[in-house]
Amino acid sequence: MIEVENLTKQFGSKLAVDDLSFIVKKGEVLGFLGPNGAGKSTTMRMITGFLPPTSGDAKVCGISVIDNPMAAKTKVGYLPESAPLYLDMTVIGFLKFCASIRGLAGSDRNDAVERAIETCFLTSVAKQSIDTLSKGYRHRTGLAQALLHDPEVLILDEPTDGLDPNQKYEVRQLIKRLGKDKAILFSTHILEEVDAACTRAVIVDRGRIVADGTPAELHAQSGSGSLTDLFRSLTTRDTEEAA
Amino acid sequence: MSSLTIYKRELTSYFAQPTAYAIIVIFLALSMGLTFSFGSFMRVGDASLEWTFFFWHPWIFMLLAPAVGMKLWADEQRTGTIELLGTFPVSTWSAIVGKFLAAATVWLVALLLTFPIVITVNYLGDPDNGAILAGYLGSFLVCCTFLAITMLVSACTRDQVVCLIVSVAICVTMVLCGYDDFTRELAKATSPTAVEAIISFGVWDHFRSLNRGLFRMQDLVWFASFIFVCLLGTSAILSAKRA
Ligand SMILES: Nc1ncnc2c1ncn2[C@@H]1O[C@H](COP(=O)(O)OP(=O)(O)OP(=O)(O)O)[C@@H](O)[C@H]1O
Ligand SMILES: [Mg+2]
Repeated sequence: MIEVENLTKQFGSKLAVDDLSFIVKKGEVLGFLGPNGAGKSTTMRMITGFLPPTSGDAKVCGISVIDNPMAAKTKVGYLPESAPLYLDMTVIGFLKFCASIRGLAGSDRNDAVERAIETCFLTSVAKQSIDTLSKGYRHRTGLAQALLHDPEVLILDEPTDGLDPNQKYEVRQLIKRLGKDKAILFSTHILEEVDAACTRAVIVDRGRIVADGTPAELHAQSGSGSLTDLFRSLTTRDTEEAA
Repeated sequence: MSSLTIYKRELTSYFAQPTAYAIIVIFLALSMGLTFSFGSFMRVGDASLEWTFFFWHPWIFMLLAPAVGMKLWADEQRTGTIELLGTFPVSTWSAIVGKFLAAATVWLVALLLTFPIVITVNYLGDPDNGAILAGYLGSFLVCCTFLAITMLVSACTRDQVVCLIVSVAICVTMVLCGYDDFTRELAKATSPTAVEAIISFGVWDHFRSLNRGLFRMQDLVWFASFIFVCLLGTSAILSAKRA
């Protein structure tokens, strides 16, 4: 459902994503791990059609984001990093706007908004202006926006960032549940989420894949059974470079 | 369709915040104030409103129009919502058109609210209402031209203040170019061809003929193409920024 083929992104002289290829099938939840600046967000921005790749292509549901961006974008729900929102709107106003722009109207739109609000536990703040929301609620509003049109493909950039432990748990369960009949790609810095929500995980470092496998395979690969050890041994640490 | 959704959102945002009200009130106060003081509306008995009322509009717009347009893309880039917009199934062009029309609507409302002066001249004298209509059209087109420039500038920066200053500078230049006192001074200093070129960049030439009640095709084409080029430029800048 998500096919990434030799995706490359160059910012000036900096190679942010280096010839990346992977596939996420329907029913799969792929965890996207990697140190800061590894190129996770950049990859996601290319798959969602926000950034044009320097070379390579990404396909969602078989539609190339380069050749047919409009059609590809209708298939994807996307939560950008740090969940940008229109601060001058209320939660419900914002979700209605997002639903309209996705082509939903009338009772379809209201139902979709209703459903998203319930799924993301936003009922208590639905009529509140977004600029008065706490960080976690903003993040959940961003997540609700990604789920509105019940997309076949979900791309979530750090969906559990800024959430309290209860909500982290809820969102992981949600990802797991939705993953049964969607293709989900989500990035995270919390290694426990690999076991908690993913069917597969890849670790990227400096724009390249350095590990790829099911949680069990990754545990086995680490030797000690700890994902943290695997992560630390495979990725470059800023502390090393400084030394 | 998606232009309409964006148009509605932007317009609601203008009127949900003090921006639109402040601008409209200041515009009404300035235009009426200038008409009755420097314009000596009561004394000269200018029923066509050409010199007493419309004359002041470019001077007011060059300062106030950028204040309405400055947030259009600058804010979107600062808060990161441009990433949402860029991954919704809408073309950049329809977003540009929607936003531009919303800002233009704010000014249309402001201009319409000057209607008491039209009633006054009709009560006091026997004006040519066709000429007054042409004057309004001229004012609106000058305003839209300045909004289009502001939009172009706001695509370049994420800082609203920078956008405001740069746009005002460009608009002031356009008002001064072609203003008689200014060009007369200029003619002494430079060659006639240079003056000719500078006048054609200014708004007065086109504004004045409409102001006299003349619907000249060349003026309408000038305004329309100027606006169109600015919007195309906005689109080009936004795409170039992502690459
Ligand atoms: N617009 C840009 N211009 C220049 N360089 C950029 C741009 N966007 C990202 N980069 C660079 O590309 C690299 C990858 O960034 P990216 O945001 O994809 O990392 P990430 O894996 O998401 O990191 P994090 O875990 O901190 O979110 C970084 O070195 C970053 O500085
Ligand atoms: Mg990131």
